[in-house]
Amino acid sequence: MTAMAPMTLTPQAVARRRKRRVLRGVKRIGLYLAAFAFTAFAVFPFYWMLLTSFKTNRDLYVGATDLSHIPWIFNETPTLQHVKLLLFGTPYLIWVRNTVLVGAVVVLITLVFAVPAGYALARLTGRWGERLGIGIFLTYLVPPTLLFIPFARVIAVLGLQNSPWALVLVYPTFTIPFCTWLLMGFFRSIPRDIEEQGMIDGYSRWSVIRKIVLPLAVSGILTAVIFAFTLVLQEFVYALTFISSVGKMTVSLGVPVALVRGDVFYWGSLMAAALITSIPIAIIYNLFIDRFIAGLTAGAVKG
Amino acid sequence: MLRRDAHPGVAPAAIFRRRTLADREDLLGRILLAPALIYVILLVAAPLALAILLSFSASFAGSLEFHWTGLRNFATIIQDPQFRLALRNTALFTVVSQALVIVLAVTAAHVLDAAFAGKRVVRFLLLLPWAVPVSLAAMAWTWIFDSTFSVINWTLRVAGLLDGWLYWFGDPTLAMIAIITVHVWRMFPFATVIVLAGMTAVPLDIREAAVIDGASFWRRLFQVNLPLLLPIITVSVLFGVVFTSTDLGVVWLLTRGGPYNSTHVLSTLAFQRGILGANLGQGAAIAIFLLPVLMLAAVGMLRVARRTEVGA
Repeated sequence: MTAMAPMTLTPQAVARRRKRRVLRGVKRIGLYLAAFAFTAFAVFPFYWMLLTSFKTNRDLYVGATDLSHIPWIFNETPTLQHVKLLLFGTPYLIWVRNTVLVGAVVVLITLVFAVPAGYALARLTGRWGERLGIGIFLTYLVPPTLLFIPFARVIAVLGLQNSPWALVLVYPTFTIPFCTWLLMGFFRSIPRDIEEQGMIDGYSRWSVIRKIVLPLAVSGILTAVIFAFTLVLQEFVYALTFISSVGKMTVSLGVPVALVRGDVFYWGSLMAAALITSIPIAIIYNLFIDRFIAGLTAGAVKG
Repeated sequence: MLRRDAHPGVAPAAIFRRRTLADREDLLGRILLAPALIYVILLVAAPLALAILLSFSASFAGSLEFHWTGLRNFATIIQDPQFRLALRNTALFTVVSQALVIVLAVTAAHVLDAAFAGKRVVRFLLLLPWAVPVSLAAMAWTWIFDSTFSVINWTLRVAGLLDGWLYWFGDPTLAMIAIITVHVWRMFPFATVIVLAGMTAVPLDIREAAVIDGASFWRRLFQVNLPLLLPIITVSVLFGVVFTSTDLGVVWLLTRGGPYNSTHVLSTLAFQRGILGANLGQGAAIAIFLLPVLMLAAVGMLRVARRTEVGA
């Protein structure tokens, strides 16, 4: 457009063009301001975790009525004392170990159940399988809030109170539906032709699954592993209901309920724990989020 | 398919090899599906049924006895003002936070949809609230709203917007505002990413056609973009409603239902009565009131899924 503009412009045209340029500039600034505002709201608690984790107690515990002391910055040299206390003076590392162990077993159980189910729903069961697939996904919506009370009775009958095995038994109730749905979408995206070709070459359906589909699905299965593990890491309600001894807690339970002495919270160590735990999950989420959203919205968005 | 003719020597093997179990697709499908299905039936469907059963019984933790009492639990809780408050709070927190989430998410998605430098960084940062375990995020907010050290109070005072003092968890209204803030903070990034996924799926030529035809911004928003985005916004709202209305962690860690039991929601009240108070029957009866919400959400999702299927 601009390339074809006449050499001489009427004053009105110049004014119009300047107005458009100003308008575009304003829009641009508005865009950056909006992006900044949204980001600031989202990030603020993390910034606060960071500050709190490394502030000295003298810098940290100054009442907000003291207007001369600015809480938004480090007023004294940052310290590692809270992180040291967290790692060596609290059961944090034990909680990390518990979480990893429970997570590993749950991921394993989830894969054993969800990989075959996901493939069956994608390829073998036809029309009714599709309905069933939606049904399985809907069970993901049944929340812990509805189930923790009946589970309390089930766990009591099984004698698993205050045992990590209670979590191992219960956590697959949300990881299996979620991962089955995720994997179903993934198996569907593998071209049918490749599988048909394998069968024409003399493979049975079972060998096709073992020798062709599973190697192709490695990245999808990895996604399922990651999400199953983060779901375990984030879970709070069941852990709160079933686990009572501090030594058996997971990170997401121990940090909020057990980093307290009497009425005193160790805010520095608490925020350090929140920060250290969140950052790896956040990075992983960011790498896999598109697949996650595609899984959740399958049906509402045409891919 | 094209390559079927490429291996004429191999095809007969497939035809003449004896068919085994591994070739019977429908049966193999059922066998592969069965374990997951059984797990879900045993550990989701059966406990759900048990929850309903418990709500009609006098059941207590510590004993395995089970007395059928019909509607007595429901009669008790319906007359309980604390339950009614919890029911109201659940609805209030869910509706207000989701209304704010929709507005924020649609706006944020439009911002992120425009091209600008640092977009990937912004998207990464926006996702942080959704990725962090809810219990840890709730603790960070508890500290932010702390009655003595609240940075919000400090900032408001310095900005000259506050003369007195805000005791965030000491006043029912302020506590509710705090809870809703955390819910919005947690859900809006998730909704933004979902809406954004929907926007990239709206054919660009439709949006461009509207621009070329000279439709104003508002007209484009309300008559082109929003209608096209409606299914995806519905999905994100339904997820948001389910996650918010059933959430226990945020309210429990921020206020424990206080001050003076004014911020209890159904889930925290069910936890207090059912687990801490050991009255499983009553806890189940309280939690059951979330079931209609879930059923509506499920129906809504099926509708959206079916409609897009038909439209395909």
